[in-house]
Amino acid sequence: MTASEDAAETSARGRTWRDIDLRAVAPFAALALLLIVGALVNPNFIGLNNLANVATRSAFIAIIAVGATFVISSGDLDLSVGSMVAFVASIMILFMNSGAIADPSLMLAAAVALTIIIGAGCGLANGLITTVGRIEPFIATLGTMGIYRGLTTWLSQGGAITLREPELQTLYRPAYFGTILGVPVPIVVILAVTIVAAFVLYRTRYGRHVVAVGSNSDVARYSGIPVNRVRTIAFVIQGVCVAIAVLLYVPRLGSTSATTGILWELQAITAVVVGGTALKGGAGRVWGTICGAFILELVGNIMLLSNFISEYLIGAIQGAIIIIAMLVQRSLVRKS
Amino acid sequence: MNPDVADGAPVVLAARRVSKSFNGVQVLFSVNFELRAGEIHALMGENGAGKSTLVKILSGFEQPTSGEILLDGQPTKLPPNGQAEALGIVIIHQEFNLAEHLTVSESLFLGREVTRFGVLDRKFMRAETRRVLDQLGSHVDENALISSLSIADKQMVEIAKAISRDARIIFMDEPTAVLSREETNYLFRQVRKLRERGTSFVFVSHKLDEVMELTDRVTVLRDGQWVKTAPTSILDGESIAQLMVGRELSSLYPAKQEPSVDEDVMLSVAGLSTQYVQDASFDVRKGEILGFSGLIGSGRTELMEAVAGLRSRTAGEVSVRGTPVPAGDVHAANRVGIAYMTKDRKHKGLLLNSGMTANLTLQSLDRHGEHGYLSPKSEAAALERARRRFDIRVRDGRVVAGRMSGGNQQKLLLAKVMETEPDVIIIDEPTRGIDVGTKQQIYHFISALARDGKSIIVVSSEMPEIIGLCTRVAVMREGRIVGILEGEEISEQEIMRYSAGLKKKTAA
Ligand SMILES: Nc1ncnc2c1ncn2[C@@H]1O[C@H](COP(=O)(O)OP(=O)(O)OP(=O)(O)O)[C@@H](O)[C@H]1O
Ligand SMILES: [Mg+2]
Repeated sequence: MTASEDAAETSARGRTWRDIDLRAVAPFAALALLLIVGALVNPNFIGLNNLANVATRSAFIAIIAVGATFVISSGDLDLSVGSMVAFVASIMILFMNSGAIADPSLMLAAAVALTIIIGAGCGLANGLITTVGRIEPFIATLGTMGIYRGLTTWLSQGGAITLREPELQTLYRPAYFGTILGVPVPIVVILAVTIVAAFVLYRTRYGRHVVAVGSNSDVARYSGIPVNRVRTIAFVIQGVCVAIAVLLYVPRLGSTSATTGILWELQAITAVVVGGTALKGGAGRVWGTICGAFILELVGNIMLLSNFISEYLIGAIQGAIIIIAMLVQRSLVRKS
Repeated sequence: MNPDVADGAPVVLAARRVSKSFNGVQVLFSVNFELRAGEIHALMGENGAGKSTLVKILSGFEQPTSGEILLDGQPTKLPPNGQAEALGIVIIHQEFNLAEHLTVSESLFLGREVTRFGVLDRKFMRAETRRVLDQLGSHVDENALISSLSIADKQMVEIAKAISRDARIIFMDEPTAVLSREETNYLFRQVRKLRERGTSFVFVSHKLDEVMELTDRVTVLRDGQWVKTAPTSILDGESIAQLMVGRELSSLYPAKQEPSVDEDVMLSVAGLSTQYVQDASFDVRKGEILGFSGLIGSGRTELMEAVAGLRSRTAGEVSVRGTPVPAGDVHAANRVGIAYMTKDRKHKGLLLNSGMTANLTLQSLDRHGEHGYLSPKSEAAALERARRRFDIRVRDGRVVAGRMSGGNQQKLLLAKVMETEPDVIIIDEPTRGIDVGTKQQIYHFISALARDGKSIIVVSSEMPEIIGLCTRVAVMREGRIVGILEGEEISEQEIMRYSAGLKKKTAA
């Protein structure tokens, strides 16, 4: 019987350390490390102002990446998000320029609703093409990526689409530049979106279905889960997240062009992967994704504040980050 | 017993005081094991006793936490990840792992491809594959993709792969769990032939009759500890079972309970056809256990999947309590209370990377909260209940399903399906990979469900199970129901006659 007592003892010891899931912790450890590096590079870096700035600027990618977490967890991929931002933003501005509604507040409310609907619609189109059309998500969204981008170019006739009504501009500006209880609105929005997303993914039936479909769609089907519906809804969630990002984007510059959102899909996917979500589906980490988006933005910020790396290398560094994240993920999987 | 395996035959592989822990949870306690040249050694024990773990340690797939491995009497550290193959040690895994996108002959020669003038000699490899498969009496096409094979055929390929490698020591972890009796016979013939040549085998199985028939010695493990090693000839099924469970087993099957004739018909299937199944008709009454027997490939699973809405049907009606169930709609089938438990637990049954709770409640999430919101408390309670009810034994409650022992995975799958509280329960191979003690529990459990007024269909390739459990037995052959047997007719010979096509009666 001493043998099993031994076992009980070792298991008690082993447990505390196994409670830490390395994969979940890794992105936050990386974030902490970056903060330390940044502070060493430039003392201004660690200031509350600078950090709030960084967080605010990461809002677009962070919110889009939250949507991507759903799509990727369910085993799909959406390459069209960058083009979708440009397309949805163009429609929103064109609608506000149309003068269809005289009252500015009403007009703004209608524009917000329209934006969400168009975003959801774009996501729905992606979802239906992949599921009902049975086309690989990579190819399907590569196609819609071209379509949304092309439509934007056509709508803008190759130039920019700019919000003209000054009254609307003033009314809408605080949505990006304002603060709530001293916290910049974009940060509040990031938090709200993430909390809702985490709740949906971890605490609802739908979230469980997403993970099941992503880890093994046969098992999901045999368990009576409507696989295609679950996947399609994930694309719709992605579309809505893109729309929310657009709602923050439009008041910032008040204009869009055919080059808006280029390569954002790459950044969103990077944020998701850096955050610890498996690219092959079956596990989603919403908070990790947010952490990943911050990391991307922080790296850029550190490069700007430091003098020894050219900021023109940002793209290359971000590309390297996704590869490193994959390597780290794989080595952690092997160890556990 | 093989006369060559005298007590003096040299020991080729041995484990000395081997212990193993996973993440601080100990699963093997100072186990001793000896394998002699030219013997077939059975390794027995309940689900989770540590058989697969010991086999993995002896073949290098896991390293012992303490203790040593002796190869030909020399302490050895076996190389990991199947590299022990170079030393002549080959393993057929319980949860087999074939690359799905390769053809049969490619996977047979994986890692030791034959070349001629630097170019792959596909012709030779195909011919060689054919030869090995023929020896095993398998009709699998050597050019077929692994992904297109049934589980039984995949198992045959896995066996062919091991046998073709000229090994001195072959570990077989429940190789026959998915095979038909005929395929098993072919396998045993090959195993005996190789034994004559001095190959040693370790054979893990829960089928006591096979162990009695094939093996020379038996080692029994219980709760990760060595219990006994003895020649098979001095043991019998009963005594092995007792050693495994550590207590006396009462009768395996509960008393049969015929539902009364005027009991309502719960499930009615009329003229159902799919691509393969033709014109299947049968009824199941309330409280009845209907068996489905037949050779592998006779269409039982396809028929059941069509009944459960997992597969489309080309003709026919399915109704529950007189209400028709729409075709190809799992949801509709679930709503009227039909549940199907797949026999392919690894690919269709369990999420191998998720924990027990997520698997258990996957099919019944509606029960654990309102408006789509889940209550962790209610889920935890469900897991507690299921673990008790189905005796799911894990040493670490947070283990992912893929790392549970095979038998405990099966119990978890059964528990998962039962969570939906179905009225019509279709169980495809209920006790695949389950030890005798648990088998008995599951049979009693099925019988209790029937007494509660549930209707149960048991699809099984294990004849004793069908005979011991069912009050009526449908036999399928080549996609058709060739007979439905009742009462005295239910016997091994009679069922065999129908499934071999020697006898036939129009379905009732
Ligand atoms: N990689 C692993 N990580 C954690 N626990 C493991 C791992 N592999 C096995 N175990 C645990 O070790 C114990 C013994 O498992 P093992 O697979 O050896 O049982 P078994 O005797 O083969 O049972 P069965 O008859 O059900 O196949 C189980 O409790 C199992 O959960
Ligand atoms: Mg096992």
